[in-house]
Amino acid sequence: MNNFIRLKDMQTGQRGVVKDLGEEGRESLRLMEMGLLPGTQIRFVRRAPLGGPLEVEMRGFHLSLRAKEAERIRVALS
Amino acid sequence: MGNPNSGKTTLFNALTGLRQKVGNYPGVTVEWKEGTFYSQHGNPVRILDLPGSYSLNAHSPDEKILVEALLGRIPPLPEPTTVVCCVDASNLERNLYLATQVIEIGIPTVVVLNMMDVAVSRGIKIDIEQVEKRLGVPVVPCEAANGVGIMELRLAISQHPLPVPMLKMDVPNLISDAVDDLLPVLPRRQSGNTQLSRAEARLLLSCDDDPGLGGPVWTRVLLWQQRFDRESPGWRSDWITSRYAWIGELMHHSVSRFNPNKPSITERVDDYLLHPWIGFPVLAFVMGSLFYCIFTLAVPFMDALDGIIGLCADLVGGLLPAGQLRNLLVDGVFGGVGGVLIFLPQILFLFFFISILESTGYMARAAFILDRVMNRVGLHGRSFIPLLSSYACAVPGIMATRTIESPKDRLITILVAPFMTCSARMPVYLVMIAAILPSGSGHAVTKSLILLFLYFIGTVVALGFAWFFRKTLLRGPSPAMLMELPPYRMPRWGSVFREIYDRSWLFIKRAGTIIFALSILLWFMMNYPREEVFPAAGSTVSGEAVVQKIEVESSFAGMLGHSLEPVFKPVGYDWRITLGIISSFAAREVFVSTMAIIYRVNEEESDSLVAAFRESRRANGEPLFTPLTCASVLVFFVFALQCISTVAVVRRETQSWRWPVFQFVYMFAFAWLAAFIIYQGGQLLGFA
Repeated sequence: MNNFIRLKDMQTGQRGVVKDLGEEGRESLRLMEMGLLPGTQIRFVRRAPLGGPLEVEMRGFHLSLRAKEAERIRVALS
Repeated sequence: MGNPNSGKTTLFNALTGLRQKVGNYPGVTVEWKEGTFYSQHGNPVRILDLPGSYSLNAHSPDEKILVEALLGRIPPLPEPTTVVCCVDASNLERNLYLATQVIEIGIPTVVVLNMMDVAVSRGIKIDIEQVEKRLGVPVVPCEAANGVGIMELRLAISQHPLPVPMLKMDVPNLISDAVDDLLPVLPRRQSGNTQLSRAEARLLLSCDDDPGLGGPVWTRVLLWQQRFDRESPGWRSDWITSRYAWIGELMHHSVSRFNPNKPSITERVDDYLLHPWIGFPVLAFVMGSLFYCIFTLAVPFMDALDGIIGLCADLVGGLLPAGQLRNLLVDGVFGGVGGVLIFLPQILFLFFFISILESTGYMARAAFILDRVMNRVGLHGRSFIPLLSSYACAVPGIMATRTIESPKDRLITILVAPFMTCSARMPVYLVMIAAILPSGSGHAVTKSLILLFLYFIGTVVALGFAWFFRKTLLRGPSPAMLMELPPYRMPRWGSVFREIYDRSWLFIKRAGTIIFALSILLWFMMNYPREEVFPAAGSTVSGEAVVQKIEVESSFAGMLGHSLEPVFKPVGYDWRITLGIISSFAAREVFVSTMAIIYRVNEEESDSLVAAFRESRRANGEPLFTPLTCASVLVFFVFALQCISTVAVVRRETQSWRWPVFQFVYMFAFAWLAAFIIYQGGQLLGFA
């Protein structure tokens, strides 16, 4: 079952494994340093009210990132 | 040092007992703090509490401070002999990223596994010996908040000599060539520590930005990085990935988890607090009840304080013979300083609520909910921390902008931060609101609504100007926002009260120094040169009031007020309010002291100042403090930058006079314009 989806389009409660972060750049590197790299298991926790930032759980902590950053991240749902 | 929110400052406090700010909010420590503790053998040890970071690849000014301090590149500080790396045990994997980077530098390191209790309650079991073996440094489990493990940490640091860590990650071959090439160009070290220099060179190669070593060295680093880009594309990602792979291996062998899928309490609470529909109303309710509490709970305390100050003034007045000295003490000192000091209870309550919100972790949620709005005006979510702190005081708020990576974003945040209603505006707001509405409990709701509205327009204008600057002066894309949402915690009452104590001490110190000095200066300006004055014939106001008025009017201060009156006439101020405004450019709350001295309110009771306002007339006999005038004063105070300390801190943070001067001018112009529109527009519409 390899259905890739953009992190931005995930639904509350869905789990998945990060496939790639898009082009290497400052922002993707910072994400990686914080522990979001290809192969990391993530769980989509929620979207902020009015379509604000997203909340993701990974490696035992909660991270919030904006839809713009989440757009380039592809995830394999599990 | 350690990750943001890993409990460094709590640990630092537990070790040193030094007073210092702690908060459950990423980015509280923006400068380093220094303290001393005693080793096992009784020798004093200097210890620094450094800003948190997720990586040694520094992006923001405060992360740069961390890196420079570790490498011994901050001139007044010596090279570190030992590093205490604080690690959140309940969040081990990510925390180890920074920890391994630090251990690799090769300075003797002690790793502290902080918040062991949280880890245990989450079903995380850590094999300490295994972690110690893999990292090659002493590892000490600890609960800094409860004082558990502090003794053991003290012992570990006291070991002599501490083992030099030998941790080496696999690095691409090219790196060692690059390190050899960079070594000779690095600034010389007095200690001649080549190992530290090698670590420095290696670290520089992984940096995206110059961490502050400058010029020729950085050009060389960039040349090497370009070569890496050509010869092994993606090397930056590879470096991070291999480090996490190494950590993953460690985790696999030394950490076991039970019931990992149980939803945490934090998450269940957040289901409500961050709910798509009720998230915003909850935030509004929290802020609203905060202000309502300030208005109701603080009143009895203020009355008590008022009574005490009044009693002291009477006592001093009774001891001294009638004359200018007595007048100076009673009118100048007790009137001026007391008029400001009386607001202490309200400020205490404000900081009490703010530090509870901070230490429970709700502040981060507020930033999460409001990020959408921040994004619209082109601000970083991180700008939220400084802007929120500016509600208390713009000075720490502006210092907190050091956590912002991009210089442009940082500057925008600094430029708009003083629009946020700080606690020094509070006394002015309270007096003016009281002048509009009669006292009595029936108006408490209306009063807090007016106050909330003042906070609201300050915030809206701040965001408006942020948007404006982003579109004009400081153009650039809206930056990324990555923010950790820390789990909820019970507020640590110790640190909440310490915070209140520090803040109120600061407030009292201001009242005792700046405001004290200005009160005396103002009193002299208002009482000299002295003239014999007689009541004007045919006056409708009581004789004594006229004497007072004329006395102040012919003084130096009166002359100053009169000469500048034309500037403020269009916004509805007479020479007395003008004088109050001029004096408030030193610090906003001086406005209240000035008015108190002008009206000789020696009871220091805000009610009696309000009563004096009510009776006050313009030269043509019309009442001076109409609701419209009050509104115009309020609006001026919302927008104008009337604070010497803020100007000074902006000068320090931007390293030039250009920005503070610009900021002062644009905020003054905007405040004047807004007051003008309110006053003249209000008159046109027929309001009094």
